[in-house]
Amino acid sequence: MTRHIAGRFGQAVVATLGVLTIVFFIMRLSGDPTLLLVPEGATAEQIAQLRHALGFDRPLLVQYGAYLLDLLRLDLGDSLVQRTPVFGLVAERIPYTVALATGALLVALGIGIPAGVMMAVWRGGLIERALAGFVLAGQSLPTFWSGILLILLFGVTLGWLPTSGVDGIASLVMPSVALGALTMSTFARMTRIAVLDELSRDYVNAARARGLSRAAVVARHVLRNAAIPVVTVAALEVGNLLAGAVIVETVFAWPGIGQLAIQSIQARDFLIVQAIVLFVSVVYVGMNLLADLAYALIDPRIRMGG
Amino acid sequence: MTAPALTVENLSLSISGANIVDGVSFAVAPGEVLALVGESGCGKSLTASAVMRLLPDAIRQTGGRIRLGSDDITDWPERRLRDLRGQRMSMIFQEPQAALDPLARVGAQIAESLRLPRASARPRVLRMLEDVGISDPARRIDQYPFELSGGMCQRVMIATALIARPIVLLADEPTTALDVTIQAQILDLLRRLAVERQTAVLLITHDMGVVADIADRVAVMYAGRIAETGPTEAVFARPGHPYTALLLASIPRLSDEPKSKLAVIDGRVPAPAEFGPGCRFAERCPLADARCRAETPPLLPVAGNRLAACFHAGRVA
Ligand SMILES: Nc1ncnc2c1ncn2[C@@H]1O[C@H](COP(=O)(O)OP(=O)(O)O)[C@@H](O)[C@H]1O
Ligand SMILES: [Mg+2]
Repeated sequence: MTRHIAGRFGQAVVATLGVLTIVFFIMRLSGDPTLLLVPEGATAEQIAQLRHALGFDRPLLVQYGAYLLDLLRLDLGDSLVQRTPVFGLVAERIPYTVALATGALLVALGIGIPAGVMMAVWRGGLIERALAGFVLAGQSLPTFWSGILLILLFGVTLGWLPTSGVDGIASLVMPSVALGALTMSTFARMTRIAVLDELSRDYVNAARARGLSRAAVVARHVLRNAAIPVVTVAALEVGNLLAGAVIVETVFAWPGIGQLAIQSIQARDFLIVQAIVLFVSVVYVGMNLLADLAYALIDPRIRMGG
Repeated sequence: MTAPALTVENLSLSISGANIVDGVSFAVAPGEVLALVGESGCGKSLTASAVMRLLPDAIRQTGGRIRLGSDDITDWPERRLRDLRGQRMSMIFQEPQAALDPLARVGAQIAESLRLPRASARPRVLRMLEDVGISDPARRIDQYPFELSGGMCQRVMIATALIARPIVLLADEPTTALDVTIQAQILDLLRRLAVERQTAVLLITHDMGVVADIADRVAVMYAGRIAETGPTEAVFARPGHPYTALLLASIPRLSDEPKSKLAVIDGRVPAPAEFGPGCRFAERCPLADARCRAETPPLLPVAGNRLAACFHAGRVA
C-alpha cells in the first residue's frame, strides 16, 4: 500500500515538473516573451530595457533555473497591468473557482452516477429511455446557451435565484448546474457502461444463485467493481470542468480564475495566464494522483500488489 | 429408490420461437450424482438455469415442471425463489475465479449464503472452509479471490454453495477450467460431500472421463434432448444410443489402442433453426435411416435399467 502510494506520488512529482518545463519552453519558443509584455508602440530601446529587467537576455538554461527557483518561492512575477504580484491576484480567485467546480462536480456525481446505474439496471425500459433523453440534453446543450437559459428561467422569469455575481450559496446553484451538465452526462454514460459490463460477469450469476436479489447484487458487488472505471473518468473530468469554468464564469460574472484568464488574455497579461495554466495543470496532476489512491482503496489487487 | 430431491419433467426452452431444450426429464436422489453430459451448446447450462429459475431474459420456458423435493417450484414468485436459492438449491460454475467478486473477501462471500449477522456467521464459515479442504482457514477467510489458486477458488465456491446445507447442488462444468490433478481432487470432494450431506448433485460436463470418475447415473444430452440415461456402469458397458457410443470412443485412453471408426465425431451439432422432424442426431449417425430423419425416436427402456431414444438401440456398440 505505502509502496503503491509512494510510487504514484513520485510519478505525480515528475509529471508536475514536466508540466512546469513544458510551460516554460512553450512560452520561450513562441518568440521573445518581451514582445508580449511591452505596450504597443514601444521603442526598441524600451524593449531592450524591459528584456534586461526581466532577465530574458540571459541564457535559456539560466532563465529556466531562475524560473524554477521563483516557483519554489511561489514568486510568479508581477502583473504587467496591475503591477502587483501575480501569485496574490490568482490566489484570491482560486476559492471561487474551487467552489464552482465543487458545486459542478456535486451536480455531476449526484445526478450522473445514479442516472447511469438506473439506465444499466433497467435496461430497455421506459426509465432508461427517459434518462437517456435527459443525458443527451445535458451533453448537447452548449454551456453558454444552457447558462443563459437558466438565467432567463430561474433568474429573470421566476426570480428564484440571482442572475449573476456572488451572493451566497444561492448564486452558486445556476453556475454549478450549467458547468456540471456536460460532466453529468459523461458520468451517466460511463457509469451505465461500467455497470452493464459488471452485470454480465459470472460473479453476478453466482451471487444470484446464492439467493441475492438483483438489487442486493448491484448494491453489494456491482457498484464497487463499476467504480473503478468511473474514478478514472472523474479525474479527467475535473480538468474539463476547469476548462468549462472559463465560459461559465464569464456568463455568470463569477470572479474565478476562468474569468481572470479571459481578462488577462484580453489585457495581454502574460504572466497571469502562465500562472493559471500552471495551476490548472497541477490540479490535473493532483486529481490523477487522487484517482490512483482511490483505486488502491477500492481494489485489493492494486493495494496488495504494490 | 428414495424420493428424488430434484425432478425435472419435460422441460422445454426456446429462444424467439426456436426450440433449444425439448422435453428433458430427469431426477436426482439425495446423495446421488447425476451427470448431464453432452457437447457444448446442447443446452446443459440452460437446463441448470431453468432449475435455478434464473433463465436469461431472452430464453422462455415453453413447458415442463421443476420439483424440489415435493414442491413444484415452476411458478413460484421471485421472492419465494430467492429463499430457495443458496438455501435448498445452489450452484457452482465453470470459472471459479470469475464466479467470485474480485473485490470482496472470500469469507464474506461464503457468509452471504447464510443470511446471518457477520459475527455469528464467521465460525460456521471457518468450519465450512475446513470441510472443503482448505488449509489454514483462519487466514484464508479474510483473503481475496486473487490470492487463491483456481482450485482453491472452486473449493470456496463449493463452500458458498453448500454451507446452508441445500438438498440440491448444480455443478456446471466445475472442473473444466482446472488442471487435471486439481480436477480429480475437486471431483473427489464433491463426491464425498454429496454422500456425507446427502446432497443431490447434478453435474454438468462435456467430458465422459469426468462422468466415469464421479457419476452414479448419467443422462446424455444431444441438441436439447436426452439421448440416453441410466446407471453409469451400464451405459459405459453397453451404450444404448449411437451418440453415447461416439462420446465414449472419444475418451482418450492411456493404452493407445487403435481408435475405432467412431472415435472422431464428424460434423457438428445442428443449430436450433436446423432441427428437422426426426432424430436430431441423424445427420451425424452411422446407423441413421429414413425413419430416423422422419420421426423423433421416443426415450424407451432398453436392457440394464436404461432409457435410450434410438430406433436402433439394440444395434449400438
Ligand atoms: N443468454 C442466451 N441468449 C441466447 N442464446 C443462448 C443464451 N444462452 C445460451 N444460448 C444458446 O442456447 C444453446 C444452449 O446453450 P447452453 O445451455 O449454454 O449449452 P451448454 O451448456 O450445453 O454448452 C446454445 O445454442 C446457445 O447458443
Ligand atoms: Mg455450458
